Amino acid sequence: MSFRVPRRTIAAFLGPAVAALAIVGIAPLLYAVWKSLHYFNLTKLAQQRFVGLENYGAVLTDPVFWQAMGRTGLLFIIAVPIQIALGLLIALVLHRPGLTFWKTLARLSLVLPMATTYAVVGLLAQVMLNQKYGVINQMLGWIGVDAINFIGDPTNAFIAVVMWDIWQWTPFVALVLLAGLSTVPPEIEEAAKLETKSNWTVLRYVQLPFLIPSLVAVLILRTADTLKLFDMPFTMTRGGPGSATEFIAVLIERVGNRQFDIGMAAAQSIIMLAITIVLARLYIRLFYREVR
Amino acid sequence: MAAPIQRRSLWGEGVLLLLIGLFCVFPFYWMVTTSLKTQVVALESPPVWWFTPTLANYWEVLFVDKVGPALINSIIVAVCTTALAVGLGTPAAYALARFEFRGKTDLWFWFITNRFVSPVVLAFPVFLISRELGLRDTHLALILMYLTFTLPIVIWICTDQFRSIPRELDEAAMLEGASQWRIFRSICLPLAMPGVAVSSILSFIFSWNELLFAYILAPKAAKTAPAMAVTFMEGYDVPYGKIMATSTLIVVPVLIFALLASKHLVRGLTMGAVK
Repeated sequence: MSFRVPRRTIAAFLGPAVAALAIVGIAPLLYAVWKSLHYFNLTKLAQQRFVGLENYGAVLTDPVFWQAMGRTGLLFIIAVPIQIALGLLIALVLHRPGLTFWKTLARLSLVLPMATTYAVVGLLAQVMLNQKYGVINQMLGWIGVDAINFIGDPTNAFIAVVMWDIWQWTPFVALVLLAGLSTVPPEIEEAAKLETKSNWTVLRYVQLPFLIPSLVAVLILRTADTLKLFDMPFTMTRGGPGSATEFIAVLIERVGNRQFDIGMAAAQSIIMLAITIVLARLYIRLFYREVR
Repeated sequence: MAAPIQRRSLWGEGVLLLLIGLFCVFPFYWMVTTSLKTQVVALESPPVWWFTPTLANYWEVLFVDKVGPALINSIIVAVCTTALAVGLGTPAAYALARFEFRGKTDLWFWFITNRFVSPVVLAFPVFLISRELGLRDTHLALILMYLTFTLPIVIWICTDQFRSIPRELDEAAMLEGASQWRIFRSICLPLAMPGVAVSSILSFIFSWNELLFAYILAPKAAKTAPAMAVTFMEGYDVPYGKIMATSTLIVVPVLIFALLASKHLVRGLTMGAVK
């Protein structure tokens, strides 16, 4: 049963939160849309003028924008499958009974990377991946690999960002999938294990259907977070060398904050937001149909 | 017969668990040890694992390089935005949990979708607005902007918490003639404290970690610790020990909070996508 509450009371409870989020979340967004219709450069304020959709035309035909978008997509396509594979492996190990104390410890350590200040993660990469003084290169030396110039070489810098993204977010994927595994009713899981010796069969036909909501969540969140990714590459490489690690958010920051072209940055960010929304809707439609 | 096989698989599992732990923890070990090295030791190639530790880097960054004031800025911003989010968010969460009204699902969706909006979309318009209003480089600008992610977190986690409180309590109080606000304030809110605590911890962590708004909106007086750490990278002589000392100072509080709320961190990061 539900209470019969006067509208005034409801408004009093919800009003402050709605007003606050409208002011900080929606007003700037509308202002961004308005500015994106202008030529607006902080260093050339005298030339400010309404240009209609010109900025959007410029962004949509700008190879730099699409290269940054492509780079962001490539990071996602390489890192997320590895995160899901490793995360699933970790989740399956932690899901098995036994060694409870050690599993609790492992689970606690999994919490650390995703809570770490993203800017610090980038700084850590600088220190650990340095060609001369970095510990990762020392370790590679132990197995006979020559020191790699991770930060200074375009391809290697991209690989370094991928590696670091995998370090920070694999534990997150593992814990989300672990939560998904615990939604499998234990009777069903045990019955299946009596039927077959193959862990793979249990995973594919018993556990996977229960994991689909978690996997969709991982895909949606990793997509949103990859499009947002700024702190780690910014502190690690500043988008360089050249533009090798200039992901979409780093590009927009450069255009707005270092080239002062706020009209253009606004148009870029609105297009990026549109892409985020389209992708999220696409995922939900693609995957949830199967569940329904 | 079965015992040796089981024992062997237990060993295998143990090794896997150890690898998982090392994978997660090693970078932190390296961060802390590097923060205890002098620049000379830090620049040894190959890197050394055993050395005489020194706290000089901490002394220098805290009192000479102004990381101390930046940490205080971070604390002020994170605590205030969390308090504000709890103050605004808990009544809204209560309303979402208890009242029926038109457009409830839409409102709910709108709260949650803030999770997907990149800060870079809002940063520049807010930069311009805050310049007009004289809010540039103030704590207030950051406190308000951080509501874009702290408020949804509080609303989401506390709505769940309020739903778990039996409605009979509300109904009994209502028969006694208590007002709706009174019921919320004196009966439900105290019972919802676990949710309030968890969402406060998560709000604090996310505000503490934020870089982009801080970097663009607060360049000097209100500069937060992560934005401060970034400035060390400018210039040619990279002071590794000092960078890692600053990093350690930034990261240790969030790691403690993360461990305290370890069961709920994933819930907070997924914003309802996963139970």
